Amino acid sequence: MQPDKNGYFGEYGGRFVPETLIPVLDELEDTYEKLQKDAGFWFELEHLSGVYSGRPTPLYYAESLTKHCGGAKILLKREDLLHTGAHKINNALGQGLLAKKMGKQRIIAETGAGQHGVATAAVCAMLGIKCVIYMGEEDVRRQALNVFRMKQMGSEVVPVCSGSRTLKDAVNEAIRDWVTNSHDTYFLFGSVVGPKPYPQMVRDFQSVIGKETREQMLKEYKRLPDYIVACVGGGSNSIGMFYPFLDDKDVKLIGCEAAGCGIESGRHAATICAGRVGMLHGARSYLLQDDNGQIMETHSISAGLDYPGVGPEHSFLHDTGRAEYVAVDDRQTLEGFQLLCRTEGIMPALESSHAIYYAAELAKTLDKDRIVAINLSGRGDKDIDIVINALGGIR
Amino acid sequence: MNRIDDVFNKKGHKALIAYITMGYPDLESTLKIVPLLAESGCDIIELGIPFSDPMADGATIQHASYCALQNGVTTKKCIDIVKQLRKKTNVPLIFMTYYNPVYHYGLEKFCGDSIASGIDGLIIPDLTPDEGEELENITEKIGLDLIYLLSPTSTSERIKLVSEKSHGFIYMVSLTGVTGARDNMPIKIDNFVADVRKATDKPLCVGFGISTPEQAKQVSRIADGVIIGSQIIRLMEKEGDFDSIRNFTREIRKVMDECKIP
Repeated sequence: MQPDKNGYFGEYGGRFVPETLIPVLDELEDTYEKLQKDAGFWFELEHLSGVYSGRPTPLYYAESLTKHCGGAKILLKREDLLHTGAHKINNALGQGLLAKKMGKQRIIAETGAGQHGVATAAVCAMLGIKCVIYMGEEDVRRQALNVFRMKQMGSEVVPVCSGSRTLKDAVNEAIRDWVTNSHDTYFLFGSVVGPKPYPQMVRDFQSVIGKETREQMLKEYKRLPDYIVACVGGGSNSIGMFYPFLDDKDVKLIGCEAAGCGIESGRHAATICAGRVGMLHGARSYLLQDDNGQIMETHSISAGLDYPGVGPEHSFLHDTGRAEYVAVDDRQTLEGFQLLCRTEGIMPALESSHAIYYAAELAKTLDKDRIVAINLSGRGDKDIDIVINALGGIR
Repeated sequence: MNRIDDVFNKKGHKALIAYITMGYPDLESTLKIVPLLAESGCDIIELGIPFSDPMADGATIQHASYCALQNGVTTKKCIDIVKQLRKKTNVPLIFMTYYNPVYHYGLEKFCGDSIASGIDGLIIPDLTPDEGEELENITEKIGLDLIYLLSPTSTSERIKLVSEKSHGFIYMVSLTGVTGARDNMPIKIDNFVADVRKATDKPLCVGFGISTPEQAKQVSRIADGVIIGSQIIRLMEKEGDFDSIRNFTREIRKVMDECKIP
């Protein structure tokens, strides 16, 4: 569905930002609206998605994993094969071209694990636009490799020392930069969060995932999958996968949130499963907050899901029951990571490993004529240090 | 007639508005500093309820908010402090905070408890009239002033909308940016104030970046009020006995009184 004129999906979304940004968002929205009819823009995006990013990505039948589980057929949408290693490039490329159209000379972005930062840095290098990436000091430390990659691509990486020093604080700092420099600066939001029109726009750029999957299913299997499983942090890979299937009511959509050390421990990032409605970073949505409306610090083994908010469209899909949201903890995630490595020789990102674990468990309970499609949103090279630590060293 | 209107009805008088973060460095200080600011020449005091993610604030107020939250300050405690302050001073008091803590507390309950404790107005920097209808309906009913902000990026349509919806006064953000002391006032501030004057008779108060008597004087010549926040917080960081804050406020008051318009 399209959001209403105020950017609401049901009761979620909107624009909760300082007055300074309202005209900036209006301009962005106007530009994006005009671009809908700009065939040249979409042609260029499709062209670069192919020759630069590596689209279309395969829909791979994971035969060995399927046999291991002994139930439904498991398919993997291989977004992990994309340039820079994750689905993030789809959105970075789309918004990067948009920023260029708007004549912006500087792009800023937030990043958690660094995947969105790297994708943005790559696109900026390719388009010749100055790039500044905000990253929590804690994440800079945890994801040193991605920091190095961004710097090699010519981006400035600014460590953010306020608050919990993670993704939410990086978003705050990027918004502060944007409020100050909006005349020449474009804010390249990495997820389907933020004020209108970001949730819709980022979804549109990511929905190529689901669109391709749908076409591939019909072509190769002459039918649609029974289940689609994807991980949810802010929710861009999952909404990109879900969106083209929303009207296919027989296709069950499952979003896997990060249960971290377990929801009851309080150290998690399962926003829809355990949150309450509030406003953060410009939109009304589910939110992890304490009894006084302060935003909580989150935890997940995967930095990319370590965020206290979630896209407004997901909140809407949850309330309407169109999608189901479940929580997968750190231990299960590591199991999912190892399972895919061993059965298929594919090392998934820890974010995607949440979906792998859940889908594998689900497949075990289903008949062999059922199909479960997983969005394998990214590859796991970036997570090796974390996995080594979690498994107690290299053995 | 409420306490805020009384300030702007004083002919030729320019309003000095101070901001402090409640519970920074501790709640005891808040109880002392508010009457001190009122006695030293402040006409209105903004009381910041700390929020974990203050996206419109610069480093100074971010730090103060962080410390206040570490000290265990909550919305409920802030309302209790206002009750105590009201026994000491009659200065107009405005809550300034972000939308989420207010929404979470419950819009109706927050407004009701605020006005019962002696609060006169409300400033929420991440709430614009576009999303403000629900809160406006409540504040208008009970007589709490909901003060909206205008920015140098605001178009003429936005100036019209905000002028119409803002109660008490209009908070004019002097520059495109976050709160925090700066060396120079933006040159275009005169034009900005003049543009808004054409659209409304409501009082216009300028804030963000004002930290020196010279800047306060410059703004007083064109606007109805001057808002100072980060500079006061900075002085609180340095001084425990508040003498420097008293002196600073008096100095600002003095230069503002010198540019009274007949």
